[in-house]
Amino acid sequence: MKSLISILLLMFACHGLMASEAAPLAEDPVVEQRLIGISEEMRCLVCQNESLAGSRSDLANDLRAQIRTMIKAGKTDAEIRQYMVDRYGDFVLYRPPVKPTTWILWLGPFTILLIGIFGLFLYLRKRNTSIDSKTLSDDENRRLDLLLNNIEAEFKKDPRP
Amino acid sequence: MKPRLFIPLILFLLLVIFLAVGLSRDPREVPSPLIGKPAPTFEIGQLAEPQKMFSPESMKGRVWMLNVWASWCVACREEHPLLMEFSKTKTLPIIGLDYKDQRADAITMLSREGNPYTLSAFDGDGHVGIDYGVYGVPETYIIDKAGVIRYKNIGPITPEILREKITPLITELNQS
Repeated sequence: MKSLISILLLMFACHGLMASEAAPLAEDPVVEQRLIGISEEMRCLVCQNESLAGSRSDLANDLRAQIRTMIKAGKTDAEIRQYMVDRYGDFVLYRPPVKPTTWILWLGPFTILLIGIFGLFLYLRKRNTSIDSKTLSDDENRRLDLLLNNIEAEFKKDPRP
Repeated sequence: MKPRLFIPLILFLLLVIFLAVGLSRDPREVPSPLIGKPAPTFEIGQLAEPQKMFSPESMKGRVWMLNVWASWCVACREEHPLLMEFSKTKTLPIIGLDYKDQRADAITMLSREGNPYTLSAFDGDGHVGIDYGVYGVPETYIIDKAGVIRYKNIGPITPEILREKITPLITELNQS
């Protein structure tokens, strides 16, 4: 019991330490929240597989500082996004706008999906018509029964597949 | 052999072609939205003489080159000899933009390696760089007589780029 209490106490002590360490990061929680919201949707141009929010490159630092200044200056998210697009192009956005140059990007996958569905439909229809659906004659039916019975008999003798 | 058997092979070859094209393209070359737009204005001190200001307005009426460089930038050293050679032809004014650098380091580098620039502006905190959409030093802009950006090259200039793209463009812009 004593050890349990001390563990609990230690946990609280650690908790207090962590809280005091994390404090300087969030100067103004509202600004930081908006900064994260905007920069997560943006590509870091130096390391293109990282978002502006996650990148530690020098340029990303500068751009985050720039966005922070703009938020404090009362700019809207749309204005900040436009500011970035004016400088780095649509490429900076992870969600590029729908316009003639990005039609392939937005509509391409759906077009390919439609082509696939159409192809599947054609194939299934062709297969349906190519399967012979003629009725068997009595003679053929008897032969079929005989064959099936034989298989069954074989199977009973030796049930291994 | 049925011709149908070759369909997977053909699809595979198509995929290979697409991947090969994709690999040979440089993903860092992002089309700049600044081309065809007026060069962003700024007014900052020069590298050698901080009290003397430089502003793109002072270049109006001339075709000029803005070359973003820094002493810490390894790729800039790659293009440096080419810029030195090009500056000797006196084709056009080459303005340097010393991007996020230490003044002393930059001056030392230029005195050691040679200075191809008509002058360099000193952008210590990189705010001019942000306005020009700089993300990979060196970057080179060609700006026409009206102050419009006509060309941007990201990364070091190669002799081919200089010969096949930049020089013809300068000739064309000088004629108009």
